[in-house]
Amino acid sequence: MSEELLKIDDLHVAFSTRRGMVEAVRGVTLSVEKGEMLGLVGESGSGKSVTGFATTRLLDTAGRVTGGKILFRGQDVTKLRGDDLRHLQGAAMSMIFQNPRAALNPIRAIGLQIADAILTHKKISKEAARAEALDLLRAVQIRDPEARMNAYPHELSGGMCQRVMIAIAISCNPALLIADEPTTGLDVTTQKVAMDLLADIAAARGMATILITHDLGLAARYCRRIAVMERGRIVEEARPKALFSAPRHAYTRRLVAASPTATSRIEDLVAEEDRERHTAVNGKPRPEPAHGTPPLLEVRKLAKRFDQGSAAVADFSMTMAGGEAVGLVGESGSGKSTTSRMICRLIDPSEGDIVFDGHSIGHVASRDFHRSPLRKDIQMVFQDPNESLNPRFTAYDCIAHPLLRLDGMRAGEALRQRVEECAERVGLPRDLLPRFPHQLSGGQKARVGIARAIACRPRLLVLDEPTAALDVSVQAVVLQLLDRLRRENDIALLFVSHDLNVVRMLCDRTIVLRNGGIVEQGESRALFDNPKTDYTRKLVEAIPHIETGEMLASAL
Amino acid sequence: MMTGLGATMVRAGRRLLSSLPALFGVLVFTFLLMRVLPGDPAVFFASGPNAGKEEIEQIRKQMGLDKSVPEQLVFYLSDIGRGNLGRSMMTGQPVLKDLRERLPASLELTFTALLIALIAAVPLGVMAALRPGSVVDHGVRLFCALGVCVPTFVSGLLLIYVFYYLLGLAPDPTGRIDVFTSLPPQHTGFLSIDFLLAGDIEGWWTACRQLILPAVSMALFVIAPLARITRASMLVSLGSDFVRTARSVGLSWHKVVVTYALRNAILPVITIAGIVFSTMLGANVLVEKVFSWPGVASYALDALLSSDYAPVQGFVLLMASLFVLVNLVVDICYGIADPRVSIG
Repeated sequence: MSEELLKIDDLHVAFSTRRGMVEAVRGVTLSVEKGEMLGLVGESGSGKSVTGFATTRLLDTAGRVTGGKILFRGQDVTKLRGDDLRHLQGAAMSMIFQNPRAALNPIRAIGLQIADAILTHKKISKEAARAEALDLLRAVQIRDPEARMNAYPHELSGGMCQRVMIAIAISCNPALLIADEPTTGLDVTTQKVAMDLLADIAAARGMATILITHDLGLAARYCRRIAVMERGRIVEEARPKALFSAPRHAYTRRLVAASPTATSRIEDLVAEEDRERHTAVNGKPRPEPAHGTPPLLEVRKLAKRFDQGSAAVADFSMTMAGGEAVGLVGESGSGKSTTSRMICRLIDPSEGDIVFDGHSIGHVASRDFHRSPLRKDIQMVFQDPNESLNPRFTAYDCIAHPLLRLDGMRAGEALRQRVEECAERVGLPRDLLPRFPHQLSGGQKARVGIARAIACRPRLLVLDEPTAALDVSVQAVVLQLLDRLRRENDIALLFVSHDLNVVRMLCDRTIVLRNGGIVEQGESRALFDNPKTDYTRKLVEAIPHIETGEMLASAL
Repeated sequence: MMTGLGATMVRAGRRLLSSLPALFGVLVFTFLLMRVLPGDPAVFFASGPNAGKEEIEQIRKQMGLDKSVPEQLVFYLSDIGRGNLGRSMMTGQPVLKDLRERLPASLELTFTALLIALIAAVPLGVMAALRPGSVVDHGVRLFCALGVCVPTFVSGLLLIYVFYYLLGLAPDPTGRIDVFTSLPPQHTGFLSIDFLLAGDIEGWWTACRQLILPAVSMALFVIAPLARITRASMLVSLGSDFVRTARSVGLSWHKVVVTYALRNAILPVITIAGIVFSTMLGANVLVEKVFSWPGVASYALDALLSSDYAPVQGFVLLMASLFVLVNLVVDICYGIADPRVSIG
């Protein structure tokens, strides 16, 4: 019989808020065996992180375990105090967090931070602890570890910081490691390296791991067992294969459908019962532009250099036809956001030209472009729906603002109608319009951002990672919305993303960027199925795929 | 490490250069302001109220006041360029000499007050942040509110009343030292340090006893901003991801609070301390008056009241330069305390 390391029994956690107690976890029962990697999957607010924090006793002061037991090696964790608790934390179980850079002390050298963790649980000299820290840096494969010992977190990349975080977490050889979204926010290639490393270390040291993630693909790749959480409860627990081929619970079905895979199409993302009229429009193929039609957008030899240092973008050329969707992919620092901002005329290019609909706009200073009549033809949707809405504007004001500024409309009945029409086109219920951003959900905010961008009926929409901050089920709906807008209104989309699966579905063509230059471009499907360059291949391989190909075949 | 220090020095140098135009602006502005203010120094310094027109006119000529304002400005600036701040009509001494004699007194008082304020404010802020909403938190808030509400001269007088008049613990509030103690040989101008250098413990104790009441009444006024900023930034620090990391590996309470949270939280406190110091240096005129402290602020106030141009202009220039200097020191401290600064 395999040994049970952790057993969570009917756990309830509640948070006291201004509106009274809110139950975040309501009756979670889980068990983790020694050396096993368990995936805990769910969308934001499902209580997966809270379960992790309750287990490591790191809940906020507002949070409290209101019921149930967390047995670690037979000992109830929720009842530990003082020194017993400190021996548990770090030495017996430890945690890896999302956003590794913020999780490290910004003004303490990383070597010291690792040594701090070691010295807490071992009675050894400072020199010995330092030597152990150095060994740990080697174990997490940090290059030139001696020099890195004195580095501060801001001098390291995100992936490096996550390795340091892993080093701290494993410093005292805990029996259980809880990784809370360990790769969110990292580049796909870095994600894979970090997760591989984590899995190898856990296997080598016999550590049990709970992988908390919103990414089903990631969990499927590394875990032998996955528990799906929804609204504080575990709705399904199964092996990955069973979960994907025959999800039993309705929520799991929705989640599996919404997770983009190598073969999924946009219309597949929403489970059958929720599908809207999308398919009707979808059937209509986009009319081929007449031969000799000038392109909507032509970018010639665009380059951007910031104050000092090398070019962020160099020699970037592309064309886009009206109504076309083009994906711009690459890792962070590849210059994709810089490029999109130059095309939007939010920053000035150092060299090159941008021709939109026959007008050269590359030389109009970005701070004067808002006066150009073309401003309303090129609009942008930003990455973070929380940060990109004015907190003091209601949804109505947000959508009305560009109409007032760019379309010269006046407050009144006509404006109200236009705003409501925009809201309707993005599927935002009319009664939400008077609300402020903080009263809206992430998906609703994303819709407000899109409604604002399409309010002036632009011909080109530039989207900078519009779904990166959204849950997969919300992402699915937003992607369908964008696809529908493109087909119905003939809006060209320039879609900047690091998520290749999403780009593959949405975009006709894809451009792969690296270090500010184009590596490869072409038809999306062809490009992803047969990458011509090593770099693209590496990007494609790094995406955690849900291997459903043959299972789907057998299921059909 | 060296490169970090080097970068900080370069930044400091650049800061110093870029503050020169501001200093020049301060010079011209104060000069013009003094000319606009009502009051004629010539009348004030004439032999008596019955002085004849000719006598006043002669004094005006002697002081250069008969020339046009731009001409006066040019003379003034060229004097400043040669390091001559003019002569005080009140004391009859060069302003530079007056300021040099009085500045250490002001600095000693301000430094001591700031030190007392920091020693009190940082622990108070930390205690309040560790238990937000608790009795301690509310107690600190009340204390801070009182400190801000009560003007320094009132708290000064209260302290004198209690410790000198009622309890008799404090010496009489008449300057830096009582009349019976002989002054130590001057090295730094800070009496407490000079006494120590001279090995005169008894004298040192006398100086400290004189210093403590005015310093405390000044400190009371600035504890509030320092404690509030400590509390606020400590709360942010305690709620941050890296403190959670520190807790997740079971670091001791002391290590989490002091090494991880407080060392990060102290950064904004450094900035505020710099601002507070500059403000105190100029604004402690009330305390100086109440305790007959021979500092620069009361000197400047007396000069202002008697339309004595040169000392006021000299004082403002001194304050502006000190402000630049203090900001520079704050910058350097910040660069040492926060490794990220030298990068940006």
